[in-house]
Amino acid sequence: MQTSTDTKKSSGLKKSSAKKRQPKASRSDFFILRLYIAGQTPNSVTAIANLKKLCEDKLKGKYRIEVVDLLEKPQLARGDQIIAIPTLVRRLPPPVKKIIGNLSKTENVIVGLDLQPAR
Amino acid sequence: MPRANPNPKVVRHQLSKTPTGIQGLDELTGGGLPKGRVSLVCGKAGCGKSLLAMEFLVHGAVRYGEPGVCMNFEETEEKLAANVASLGFDLRDLTKRKKLMIDYVFIERSQITEAGEYNLDGLFIRLAHAVKTVKAKRVVLDSVQALFAGVADTAILRSELQRLFRWLEDHKLTAIVTGEAGVNALTRHGLEEYIADCVIALDHRVTEQISTRRMRIVKYRGTAHGTDEYPFLIDEDGISVMPITSLALAHRALTDRVSTGIPAMDEMMEGKGFFRGSSVLVTGTAGTGKSSVAANFASAACARGERCLYFTFEESPSQILRNMHSVGLNLERWINKRLLYFNAMRPTTVGLEGHLAAIHRLIGKVRPSIVVIDPITNLVAESGTYDVKSMLVRLVDFLKVEQITSMFTNLTFAGDPQERTAAAVSSLMDSWIVLRDSKPNGRPRRELYILKSRGMAHSREVRELIVSQRGIELGMVLKDHTVATHVAGQ
Repeated sequence: MQTSTDTKKSSGLKKSSAKKRQPKASRSDFFILRLYIAGQTPNSVTAIANLKKLCEDKLKGKYRIEVVDLLEKPQLARGDQIIAIPTLVRRLPPPVKKIIGNLSKTENVIVGLDLQPAR
Repeated sequence: MPRANPNPKVVRHQLSKTPTGIQGLDELTGGGLPKGRVSLVCGKAGCGKSLLAMEFLVHGAVRYGEPGVCMNFEETEEKLAANVASLGFDLRDLTKRKKLMIDYVFIERSQITEAGEYNLDGLFIRLAHAVKTVKAKRVVLDSVQALFAGVADTAILRSELQRLFRWLEDHKLTAIVTGEAGVNALTRHGLEEYIADCVIALDHRVTEQISTRRMRIVKYRGTAHGTDEYPFLIDEDGISVMPITSLALAHRALTDRVSTGIPAMDEMMEGKGFFRGSSVLVTGTAGTGKSSVAANFASAACARGERCLYFTFEESPSQILRNMHSVGLNLERWINKRLLYFNAMRPTTVGLEGHLAAIHRLIGKVRPSIVVIDPITNLVAESGTYDVKSMLVRLVDFLKVEQITSMFTNLTFAGDPQERTAAAVSSLMDSWIVLRDSKPNGRPRRELYILKSRGMAHSREVRELIVSQRGIELGMVLKDHTVATHVAGQ
């Protein structure tokens, strides 16, 4: 229920702000990850580094990271219901998932993003 | 002030206040909430805290030119707008005109995983953005404890909340934070620890199936405030709190007079009647004509072009109108001329405090110069004498400050505890008119005398009260009874 509203809100938001980045095909194994930060704080820098590393390790070639700095675009915080910084939002594949923190606890990130290898 | 002042130079400096616009609350707090500070409003579910907070914002936007931001953690913008629409608040319009911004903060714990360090900058950014967008002066956070459900790390949350409150104060925003009542604390998560300046507790309790809402100012730094519980009412106009004006008995005594409506009775009071702004008690056993005397008083006031508010706790207005026809009083014409207003309430519909608040609110609306309460007996029956007295003290004080002349009728039964009630109440009254039945020589008649009337040389005679189709008149002076024996005896 909530997930659907969230997705709706996000897509509405995308139309205005990130239209060009919207992929046409939404393959179920493609990840769109949006990381919300607020300025270049230590936590933000750490989060970006952690995220890049993890994606390269686990999702090579099938992910895209968008970094949103809320100091520049504060109006975007509302759409994804951002409270904590940093927050990582898995926009694709559905359902929307959120991970808060500097992503230093890799295990939690893997669980949170549902990245358990299919094996 | 008992508390140590960190800056001894500003000893007598009065805090600046931000008016809430809520009837009675601003009187209670000496002007409103502390300006540029955070106030906590706490209470159980359904006690009215969200409403109080929204009223604060709406009045700020509409009346005081102070736009506001509401960060709502519990209800969506749509729901909130619908909730307060019944009070005549148009949130959508205010939002459109950039007088108000509502940000619904939704936290779905199941959606969130925590992985490493974080802070609540997102919340700050949203708040700052909203404040900037509408140039807000007022902020409501309703209610932040929802964050405790959404954020696992309470240590982070607590320090972030503290930072949030400091942020609000740094930005000179007057804020209300609401909090759910805790079991052994004011709020469930001890929010009161972070808020130093002003804490207001709301309560909604039901005693003997009658619900009463009460408000207490738990603390208000830098302001002398009453610590009592004050009743408040939520009706179609929102919240109104019974004020405690004139606690100091500072009302001005007027010297002009108001006719009693019975020329012969005016005669008994130096030819002029009651003092304006005084309170009059009319007591008597059943059928002695109390309502007739009261209605006559009201009618006479209307005939002079004064507005009169008539509260009836026993009979419906139409019943009174019909009955008064039989004593030659045509009250409809005053109603049609919008001089006479009836308000009929069953004493049991709301609590005593509710009555008080309702009476107060109506008086504020009608702005009468005469108020009749007929009778107070039923209120007495409903609660203890002490409650009634404390309610009447406040009511009488309020009426005096507003310079409204008031008449209260009270049914007495000889030898009954009611008699004592009348005695307890009578000390508040400036004038006390006693009506009674008597049967000298087997012929029943009604009698009237003035038991007391402060500040004037009134007649001590007992007069026959003649209630007929022609109206109310006083007959000849009766010599066969003395006032003194009646009061002591029977």
